[in-house]
Amino acid sequence: MKKYWRSLEELESVKKNEAIEPSIEFPTDGLSKDEIKNKYVANRRDFLKLLGFSTAYAVAATSCQQPVRKAIPFLQRPETVTPGVASHYATTLSNADDYASVVVKVRDGRPIKIEGNKLSKITQGGTNARMQAAILDLYDTARLQHPVKKGKKISWEKADAEITKKLGEVAAAGQKIYIIAQTIVSPTFKKLLADFKAKYPTAEVVYMDPVSYAAMIDANEATFGKAGIPSYHFDKAKVIAGFNADFLGTWLSPVQYAADYAKTRDLTNGQTEISRHYQFESLMSLTGSNADYRQYIKPAQEKKLLIKLHNAIAEKTGHDKIKELPCEIDVTKLANDLVANKGASLVVSGTNDKNIQVIVNSINNMLGNYGTTIDFSRETLLRQGRDAQVKQAFMDMKNGQAGAVIFYHTNPVYTCPKAEKKAKLIEKLPLSISLSDKIDETGKHVQYVLPDNNFLESWSDAEPVTGHFSLGQPTIHKLWDTRQAQESFMKWAGVSGSYYDYLKQNWIHNILATAKSSGQDNDKNVAQDSVAETSESIIDFTSGWTKALQDGVYEAEVTAEHPSFNAAYIKENEAKIVDFKKPEGIQLALYQKVGIGGGLMANNPWLQEMPDPITKATWDNYITVSPATAKEKGWHQEEVLKVKAGDYEVELPVLIQPGQDHSTIGIALGYGRTAAGPVADQVGGANAAGFVVDKDGYRQYSGIPVEISKTGKTYPLAQTQTHDTMEGRAEDIARETTLAAWQKDKHAGNEKHVFFKDKLEHVNLYKHGYNPEDYPGHHWGLAIDYNKCTGCSACIVACQVENNIAIVGKEQVRRRRNMHWLRIDRYYSSKEDKLYSEVEDNPEVFHQPVMCQHCDNAPCENVCPVAATPHTEEGLNAMAYNRCIGTRYCMNNCPYKVRRFNWFNFVEGGDYNYLFNDEVKRMVLNPDVVVRQRGVVEKCTMCIQRIQEGKLRAKDEGRELRDGEIEVACEQACPSNAIVFGDTNMPDARIIKLFQDERSYGLLEELKTLPSVAYMTKVRNKDEEHKTEA
Amino acid sequence: MYKKEVRGELILGNKSYGDITRDILRSQEEKAPMWWWIAFAVFFVLMSIGLGYYVPLTISKGIGMWGNNNQVPWGWAIINFVWWIGIGHAGTAFSIFLLVFRQKWRTSINRAAEAMTVFAVLAAGLFPAIHVGRPWDEFFIFPYGPNSRGLWVNFNSPLLWDVFAITTYLTTSAIFWYIGMLPDFATVRDRSQGLKRKIFNVLSFGWLGSMDKWRKFEDTLVILGGLAMPLVIAVHSIVSTDFSAGILPGWHETIFPPFFVVGAIFSGFSMVVTLMVLIRKAFKLQDYVTDDHFDAIARIITFVSLIMGSAYLIELFIAWYSGNQYEAYVFDENYLKGHYALPYWLMLTFNAFIPQLFWFKKVRRNLTWIFWITIGVNIGMWLERYNIVVPPAAEDFLPANWFHYASTIVDKWVYLGTIGLFGVGVLLFIRFIPMMAMNELKQQAKRQTDLKPTDIQYHAIKKLLEDE
Repeated sequence: MKKYWRSLEELESVKKNEAIEPSIEFPTDGLSKDEIKNKYVANRRDFLKLLGFSTAYAVAATSCQQPVRKAIPFLQRPETVTPGVASHYATTLSNADDYASVVVKVRDGRPIKIEGNKLSKITQGGTNARMQAAILDLYDTARLQHPVKKGKKISWEKADAEITKKLGEVAAAGQKIYIIAQTIVSPTFKKLLADFKAKYPTAEVVYMDPVSYAAMIDANEATFGKAGIPSYHFDKAKVIAGFNADFLGTWLSPVQYAADYAKTRDLTNGQTEISRHYQFESLMSLTGSNADYRQYIKPAQEKKLLIKLHNAIAEKTGHDKIKELPCEIDVTKLANDLVANKGASLVVSGTNDKNIQVIVNSINNMLGNYGTTIDFSRETLLRQGRDAQVKQAFMDMKNGQAGAVIFYHTNPVYTCPKAEKKAKLIEKLPLSISLSDKIDETGKHVQYVLPDNNFLESWSDAEPVTGHFSLGQPTIHKLWDTRQAQESFMKWAGVSGSYYDYLKQNWIHNILATAKSSGQDNDKNVAQDSVAETSESIIDFTSGWTKALQDGVYEAEVTAEHPSFNAAYIKENEAKIVDFKKPEGIQLALYQKVGIGGGLMANNPWLQEMPDPITKATWDNYITVSPATAKEKGWHQEEVLKVKAGDYEVELPVLIQPGQDHSTIGIALGYGRTAAGPVADQVGGANAAGFVVDKDGYRQYSGIPVEISKTGKTYPLAQTQTHDTMEGRAEDIARETTLAAWQKDKHAGNEKHVFFKDKLEHVNLYKHGYNPEDYPGHHWGLAIDYNKCTGCSACIVACQVENNIAIVGKEQVRRRRNMHWLRIDRYYSSKEDKLYSEVEDNPEVFHQPVMCQHCDNAPCENVCPVAATPHTEEGLNAMAYNRCIGTRYCMNNCPYKVRRFNWFNFVEGGDYNYLFNDEVKRMVLNPDVVVRQRGVVEKCTMCIQRIQEGKLRAKDEGRELRDGEIEVACEQACPSNAIVFGDTNMPDARIIKLFQDERSYGLLEELKTLPSVAYMTKVRNKDEEHKTEA
Repeated sequence: MYKKEVRGELILGNKSYGDITRDILRSQEEKAPMWWWIAFAVFFVLMSIGLGYYVPLTISKGIGMWGNNNQVPWGWAIINFVWWIGIGHAGTAFSIFLLVFRQKWRTSINRAAEAMTVFAVLAAGLFPAIHVGRPWDEFFIFPYGPNSRGLWVNFNSPLLWDVFAITTYLTTSAIFWYIGMLPDFATVRDRSQGLKRKIFNVLSFGWLGSMDKWRKFEDTLVILGGLAMPLVIAVHSIVSTDFSAGILPGWHETIFPPFFVVGAIFSGFSMVVTLMVLIRKAFKLQDYVTDDHFDAIARIITFVSLIMGSAYLIELFIAWYSGNQYEAYVFDENYLKGHYALPYWLMLTFNAFIPQLFWFKKVRRNLTWIFWITIGVNIGMWLERYNIVVPPAAEDFLPANWFHYASTIVDKWVYLGTIGLFGVGVLLFIRFIPMMAMNELKQQAKRQTDLKPTDIQYHAIKKLLEDE
């Protein structure tokens, strides 16, 4: 046999007679001898190792793909909870800024939406933007999650023991225990504080409001002998004159006043007259923007103007005049209107100056408004702070008479001037406690911060107006180791039991019982009450407690009071009242923004991103300057100026604001929070509270002389609207007329609608469009009444909450990428209704809410290449997010520009840490609405989830849908009922009446988009058409 | 029949077939010159940064990286898309219109023009792909199956028409370009060795140059040309409907389809001229691309420029005549004297005024003038697209929304990236593909020899018989 050699080496080895070792296939470096020996066989141990590793690896590799999300069903379902079906609980929202009786929507144990309680006679089912946004504060992770002593965690028991001991010591030493609280409207809490006072006799409760109303209270005390604020009935007023009182935005009880005000402006209920509203103010306020006649005045002019008005009225009504100061503003027209409507007029002033308030009282008295539009028998209890008491409290801290201070939701280090001095005073006290929900600016200087529950975790009650009670119940178990402040007081006062029991007993034995004994339901109830004494369980059904809890509100009768006006006071103090010093230079006026208020909710991104109704700016405060002043001084938009008054100074950018007094600049309060949370930290601006001055013992917010200097810096502002005039398009965009013209011809101002209705059908080339047969079932629509809409922006936030709309942050707002589905366009009248006409010096303002118009001939629908936005058979313009690829063609083609694009990933995993990226804050999301991915277009759906819910409910109950049964979020939030949703195919629906009203028109209707939203021509109560000066 | 005394000599220097082959293939047979490497490096870097970094950045972060906003949802991406598509018209328009109209001077330019088309359409095609919000779901736009849920595309949408038009156009242009190159690939194959020979053997589909093949070749080109000619018109007409089917004032115009087609030819021709000036300079091809060639194209550009100018005037007139206040605002206020006056007047200058210099023969025959004027035309055409995409959206119906558009660094780099892509493509084309249609040049060279057709046939048959 022939022999072949594989290689020379093999040959060599054969020659040498060596055995041929097979070559080693793998390198053996680093292997042990055994391993080298066993290299061709996998032994049992290796096999098991390999098996184990590969199994473990496979498990690890596959399991890290998707996080496992468990939906755990109830093992035993609570009786009242149906997964997927929301429960609603009536409760009470009451904080330093706002009061409202609300209904909270709870889905699967989580509160997700706050709505107004329609049973409330105060808020009448309305809300404002802050109330809508308040739901997020429950899930605010910046809340303090456990009690803290000097920055270190402490247990409740330990804190209670220490505090009780110290309180005892302080009281024993005769030192005062100050409880500096927001105005407490809770009758039960007041009772509890009385108990506390019984245990610690040196305790004293001092109310401190974010913006003081003390002068009003004192003026009423001086002129009527009643230290309080009466209730104002704007709904009964035919002539309203506001002086620096933003009663539709921030003054006292704006939700209530907006509702009442809207009633007087309504022209859809058969009424043919509307109220006439005069407004005199230094800055452009929301209220001023709604006025029929508005005049800007210097802060110092207010008094002169009121005196002039006072004397004009006095002359006509035969009362005594007071010494007049020269004033160039003409008030004859106003005086005539007021006198002509004696008993049905209302004059209010928002200035914290006792003399001014006395004059206002005198005017109202001469006009006979007390007892009609102003009612002392039902006092407004929302603001009870007395500046003198607050001052005294800090004086006592200074001179050692105070030994302890408890801050109940007050934050003087932030809200008061000379904050550092106050902080030092607080630090020196033997005992200082903050019951705030965060370690706020004041909390940093106190010993104990004992976090209060959120109002949605607490039992509470309120009496915002004498005799109008409301109850608050928790809607969720407390999220963290917090404790309701009232329970803390109970612990310290040695009151046993829970606050719930305390509250219930107080209601049954005092509130409900006194109401009964005072009148209405007489014998039967008394009989039942005697039974009630014996059995706790029956009490609930007999005492009215259950009903009160369910309704959330309870109204008691009050005895009518008509305190008489003390005219002598004016005579005696005339010199003081008319005392006037002419101010020099530029004056600062501080104001509150409609969304931000006192800055309490600064950590709420919904509010920060809500455009201010007037300036349309978000995320900042700034110096508002009139265009003329800016021109004169050479200031331009976004230029940073330094404002200095005394030893307090801030640097803020300029925002040019028409309609404002030329020698006044405005700065909003509520900004510059340093300890409110991560969102608040992103907010620009500075704290203006340091400018507040003391004048005659009252905190003064306007007419503060300031020095202004340029800094050479600029600072970007994020506005959602940067073009203010209509460029000669008024009759296509925002139609308006005067009352007289409307009374003559109901189509006044809306003539173009008549034209289009007749003509457009015949000149159109194509027959497509609205065809009633296409919508055999429902056809949804909205009607928006400009006469009622005040522009307050509650709907904007309500829409965001309901529809899980992303917050995008300042930078993206500045780049005009805000996601609001509903926006309010705010236009200023220009000198002429034509192109490039400048905004008037004192412009008329138009607020126009714009959301998707759900056009029946929608331009957006036919341009989508993937048919992601089709028309439903119910007349809605639907949006299939899953189908959308984001070509944005629809956005281009929408003439209203209401479509919004997810420019970035605003949800989980994105860089936008506002609320969608936080496990806790995400709990606020509405589970009925999809959270949109980046790259898709979204827009108003007319709350299609609510429509669906309503339809299913009706189907379930085997009946037809009722008109008004489905409420869309914006409609529900609106305090003035300006928005009406309904089915335009439903006979007798409210909306049909509105659609057929002569005032109704479609936005840009000449485009023949056939919108499903009708706007109602605005009717202003002016004598003649607005005169334009050429 | 080609009459030399009428048409002039299109190839100077009395070239033989061999001269033509050598001259044209010099660019790929000699070592690449220094400038080629430098240019290649520059374009490659642009492409790498633009498409390699900024495009992935856009896709991973979102369209928010660009300057687009709620009011102006389309920005540079659509401007660039339309611009590139316009340039992409050059090849086909140039090559096919002149082929069908038997303009023989096309022969020395059509190859480069067609190559440009392909690269420009590729660059253009990138933009619709990346400008959607969710590129990963882009396949929704194709009518795909199986379609169990009954989801279908929306045939009403101009964007869908775009998809069909552009894919068809790209395919047709590429086929037309490729088939025209077959004989030249064979020439390269015959002159090369080794791997290159194998590659070009495959690329040339085994072309042998038989009479039958030549006949079929020429017929195919004419048929394809005939098919592609309406496409040229269709594509940009359809692109124009993206705007004219919209409701925005300044978009909703019936003039748009012809206006866009003419504009596209305008920018395409200009880009061809720009490139041919450079190629002629670089490879000293003045014998093939003569001053007469530039003269002819310049005349066309002048004519097209007049059409453009008229179109601008008609737009302005209609804006006034229609009585539509929104349209009047866009034109009279926004373009002529408003916020967008600068781009508008620059556009008019570059597109309507400056090209009128071509009325002068000296300008038409001066390469420097021609080069800069055609560059200007392409800047003007970019601005025209800017004026169409941005201002009507920025200031449309409701003044409360009005907001202006500002591009970001990402927008700019993506644009530069596509310029890099185009440049790299063109440079590779110069280096690896015969940049002029040698076979057609040779036909042209033959035509110029004053022989009657019968003589040509005689000589051809004689030669065939001799060979056998």
